[in-house]
Amino acid sequence: MTRVLIPTGALGLGWDQAALDRGIANGPDLIAIDGGSTDSGPSYLGRGVSKYARASTKREWGLLIDAQRQAGVPLVIGTAGTCGAGSAVDWLLDITQEILAETGQSARIAVLKSDQPAVRVKAALAIGRVTPLSPAPDISDAVLDSCTNIVALAGAEQINAALATGADIVIAGRTTDTAIIAALPLANGNHAGGAWHGAKIGECGALCATHPQSGVLQIDFDATGFTVTPLADLARATPHTVSAHMLYENADPFILHEPGGHLDVTGAIYTALDDRSSVRVEGSEWVPSDRYTVKLEGARSAGFQTVVMALVRDRHYVTHVDAWCRSIETAFRAKAQDRLGLGPNDYRLELRVIGRDATMGPLETATATATATEVGVMGLVTANTAARANELGKMLNPYLLHHPLTPEEEVPTFAFPFSPAEIDRGEIFEFCLNHVMTLDSPMDAFDLHVHEVDHG
Amino acid sequence: MAELRDMVEKVRAKNAGPFWITVDVFCGSQEAFDWISAALDTGAVAALFDTPAQTLKRFDIADLHVIKISFPRAAVQGAPDDRDMHGASFAAILGELRIGD
Repeated sequence: MTRVLIPTGALGLGWDQAALDRGIANGPDLIAIDGGSTDSGPSYLGRGVSKYARASTKREWGLLIDAQRQAGVPLVIGTAGTCGAGSAVDWLLDITQEILAETGQSARIAVLKSDQPAVRVKAALAIGRVTPLSPAPDISDAVLDSCTNIVALAGAEQINAALATGADIVIAGRTTDTAIIAALPLANGNHAGGAWHGAKIGECGALCATHPQSGVLQIDFDATGFTVTPLADLARATPHTVSAHMLYENADPFILHEPGGHLDVTGAIYTALDDRSSVRVEGSEWVPSDRYTVKLEGARSAGFQTVVMALVRDRHYVTHVDAWCRSIETAFRAKAQDRLGLGPNDYRLELRVIGRDATMGPLETATATATATEVGVMGLVTANTAARANELGKMLNPYLLHHPLTPEEEVPTFAFPFSPAEIDRGEIFEFCLNHVMTLDSPMDAFDLHVHEVDHG
Repeated sequence: MAELRDMVEKVRAKNAGPFWITVDVFCGSQEAFDWISAALDTGAVAALFDTPAQTLKRFDIADLHVIKISFPRAAVQGAPDDRDMHGASFAAILGELRIGD
C-alpha cells in the first residue's frame, strides 16, 4: 500500500492546517502538491515566472517543508512556479534554500527540469517525432525558434528518477498534474489504472469532495485500486463527488492521456465506505502505448499591447455605442495611416464594449431589452514594439475622450478613469504548441540535478 | 420552451487545456437528465458555440446525471483575440439556451 498526502490543489491556495496535521499523523509515504498549470494563460510560460506572490509562496512552502520534516517522507512539487519553466523552478529552489538557511535545516533537493531547447524539438520535428494533437497550430523551425520557453510534461518515470536520488524535496518543472501523485504507487507496484485514476482524482486536493476549500486529501493505493479520504472535519467524499471530478478541466471524462499510455475509467466502480467519508475505486484500466511520448507546451511573443478604456454614461451614446465604435475605428485607422504610415495589418485594434458583449463577442445571444445605464469601451492596441503600441494608444486616446457621433454637435467628453488613460501592458504571449514528442527513453528530454543543502 | 439553466442544478464551463473548452450540465435528477438528454440538440449547441458539430464532443453520463460538451477554442486561451482566459463564461450562453417545444 502507498499512502499519498495532498495538502491542496496548488501551492498558493492554502489548506486546513488541522487536516494536514491529521494527514501527517496518518503516516503518509509521500507529500505531493501541484505548483501550476496553463490555466492562468500564456504570459507565465512566456516569461517563465510564477503568478503567486513570493511571500505567499514562501509561507506555504515553508509549512510544507515543516510537514516533510515531521512526516520524514519526500515532499514533491510538480510544475513549480506556475509554468514549470527552468527560471520558475530556480525561483522556487531559491525560496527553498532561503527557508532552509533561515531555519538551519539540511536537505537533499532533487531538481527536475523540463525545458526543451528549440534545437532538440526541431531535430525531433525533422524526423517525424513531433506529432500534432487536435487542434494544433502549424509549427515550423521558425515557430520553435520564436518560443521564449518550451517545456515537456514529465510523467511518472521522471518523478521516480528524482525520488530515486533519495531526495527529501523534489522540485519539478512542468509535469502532468497526475504524475507527482501516481509515480510512487507505480514504483511500488500498485495497480497502474488505480495509480493514475487516483492521481487524477487527487490532483486538485479536496475539490473531489464536499468542502473543497479545506484542501487536504489522502489517497491509499494498493494492488486493486485506491481509496480517497478528505481529511478536514466536515469534508466527505461520495461516489458522486469523486466520479464527477473526472469531468473537471478534462475534455473527455473517461480517457486521460499520459506519457507512456492512457487511463481508461469507463469500467471504474465507485463505492462509499462505512466511515461515510471515504470512497473506494476499482476497475480503472491503464493502457500502455507503443511509443513513449511527452506533451509539449510553448509560448512566444504575440507583440506588445496598450489598453485605453473609456466609460460612457451619456444615454444617447450608450444607445448608439456600436455606431460610435465603428466611427472611431474608421477615423483612427485613417490617422494611423496618415501619421505613422501604418496599414490595418501593421497593428491590431479592437474596441470591446463592456456591458454588452465584451465577454462572448460574436457568440453573445442576449438581445438588450433595456438600455444599459453605462458601458465601458476597452480599446486594445497590439503592435510589434512597445513604442508603437504606446504611440497608437496615444492616438486612440482623443477619440475615446471626445469623438462625436455627428459633426455638428458640441464636442462630447466621456469618462476616463485615470491619467494617463493608456495602460501599457508590455509584451504579451501566446501558446503555440499542442503537440507530443516521441522519446527513446523517458529521461532523454529531462535534466535531473541533486543539491545537498548542509546547515549542520 | 424554457431556458436550460432553469431545469438544471448547475452549468459549469472551464478550459480543458489551452485549446479546448468543456461545459458540464449537472441535471440534478434522473428525470431531468432523461428529458434534457433527449431535448438538447447537439446541432443547436454546436451552432451556439459556432463550432463544427463533427469536432464537438458530447458525453451523456447517466450515472452522474451530467451532459458534458467539449469543443476546440475558436481563440486559443490568452491569444490576442481571446476574451475569457479561463473559459467559464461559455456556461452562461448554454444556460440561456431555450430547449423543448
